[in-house]
Amino acid sequence: MSGTTFDAVAAARAWRPPPLITAPLLRYAIYLGALLYAVLALGSVEVNWARAAEGIERAGRFLAGFFPPNFLSKRDDIVEGLLESVTMTAVSTALGVALSIPVALGASRNLAALPVYLVCRGIIAVSRTFQEIIIAIVFVAMVGFGPLAGTLTLAFATIGFMAKLLAEDIEDIEANQAEAIRASGASWFQLLAWGVLPQVRPRLIGLSAYRLDINFRESAVLGLVGAGGIGDTLNTAFDRYEFDTAAAVLIVIILIVLGCEYASGWIRRKVQ
Amino acid sequence: MLLTIDALTKRYPTGDLALDAVDLQVPAGQVMALIGPSGAGKSTLIRCVNRLVEPTAGRVALDGVDLTALGSGALRRARRRMGMIFQEYALVERLTVMENVLSGRLGYTGFWASWFRRFPRRDVEQAFRLLDRVGLAAMADKRADALSGGQRQRVGIIRALMQDPQLLLVDEPTASLDPKTSRQIMRLIVELCEERGLAAIINIHDVALAQQFARRIVGLRGGRIVFDGPAEALAAPQLTAIYGEEDWSQTIRRAEPNEEEAPAEAVA
Repeated sequence: MSGTTFDAVAAARAWRPPPLITAPLLRYAIYLGALLYAVLALGSVEVNWARAAEGIERAGRFLAGFFPPNFLSKRDDIVEGLLESVTMTAVSTALGVALSIPVALGASRNLAALPVYLVCRGIIAVSRTFQEIIIAIVFVAMVGFGPLAGTLTLAFATIGFMAKLLAEDIEDIEANQAEAIRASGASWFQLLAWGVLPQVRPRLIGLSAYRLDINFRESAVLGLVGAGGIGDTLNTAFDRYEFDTAAAVLIVIILIVLGCEYASGWIRRKVQ
Repeated sequence: MLLTIDALTKRYPTGDLALDAVDLQVPAGQVMALIGPSGAGKSTLIRCVNRLVEPTAGRVALDGVDLTALGSGALRRARRRMGMIFQEYALVERLTVMENVLSGRLGYTGFWASWFRRFPRRDVEQAFRLLDRVGLAAMADKRADALSGGQRQRVGIIRALMQDPQLLLVDEPTASLDPKTSRQIMRLIVELCEERGLAAIINIHDVALAQQFARRIVGLRGGRIVFDGPAEALAAPQLTAIYGEEDWSQTIRRAEPNEEEAPAEAVA
């Protein structure tokens, strides 16, 4: 409208995309600081090249011990460890998902009252703070060596993971769909079953499949602290210097993880 | 009087006063349009009636029952008599058309029966009859998000009717629809209300539509009622009182070409 005084051509020439950090002083200070840190950090690295060369030779011998992988001499141990891992995975995922749903509902600000919300967010925070290995050590101390400790560990970790992501999805539901269900005179549980569940079901199924996949991978690690599963088999093989058996166990783990990943990806694509 | 609202006040936690001591009475069977600028409190008013929004003060009575005093169980039973129709249809999109329609019966159905979708046969029959009436019986098993806007709103209307209500609370039913579909939807709502003797409060932006389809118009501004009268009495000065200063001559005249509907309404 004020075309007589406003020069669009000059304004367009002077226009620049907005920078990430607005204040120029702060911007250049951060760039300079990052550069300085990189130079100093690289300068402080000390590498003992002679030892590294020795180590490479030793690593070569160690890796050579893996070949050929030996599936046969400890076949029963491998099968037993594998079945134990699969059982731990299935039980812990089912238990963890079942327990995570009420926690997720409580941790959704649009459904729960503030005290319930804080308690449930607290449960999630505790479950997510500690790495599985640490929780496994605690459970091993509580219930002894074996797959029970591993199962409890994985179920506990599943609660935090599932409840957090599911609660986020519940908080993102279309409020008016839930409102319409409420307006019909539905009870609270009917509101969950009709207004909330249909909206979050794809994510619930997808996350459960993803967690199944994670739990199998974790179950392979937990054996290292005595919490059962194929990790125990792997640990024993290393302890006895049976590197060929260890290689066989690793190959089995890799194949199953790939299979799980493919299956969970397929399930997630189907439900989205 | 079917619905009696006394000194209804709503102040949101943010401090906004959405309703300021509103008094309103709606007799049984009356279709009433509630107009007013955005933020006037129209949505809040109808949500305070079925207590999707808790009023701060005042009293709402439906058929002699004080809704504002009800506990949660009694409130759910009272909500069954108030069907609600929404601006964005508010269908549960991942459920089928039939499931959405049957969700209007949730207040009459136990949890496990509703979980397994085991509704009484006569509810399902009623649902099919109503779907057929609006030409959607063949769509019963389609997912709700496969429907067009006008079709979704028809499903929304049927869902509200399934509650066997005495009162319809209608929130901007045409705001997301094109002009032709808007008129069809308004005509459907008014027809169904007349057939079944339902009262309705219809929040609506479009003044011409309000005048065409409702005999009584209430104007809300800043949480207060500034106009309450028959549709014919709404003219430039009243619109200025509701919305503020503007050239209203075109707005009022726009309703004229559609006046062929008016005599039929006067008879009914």
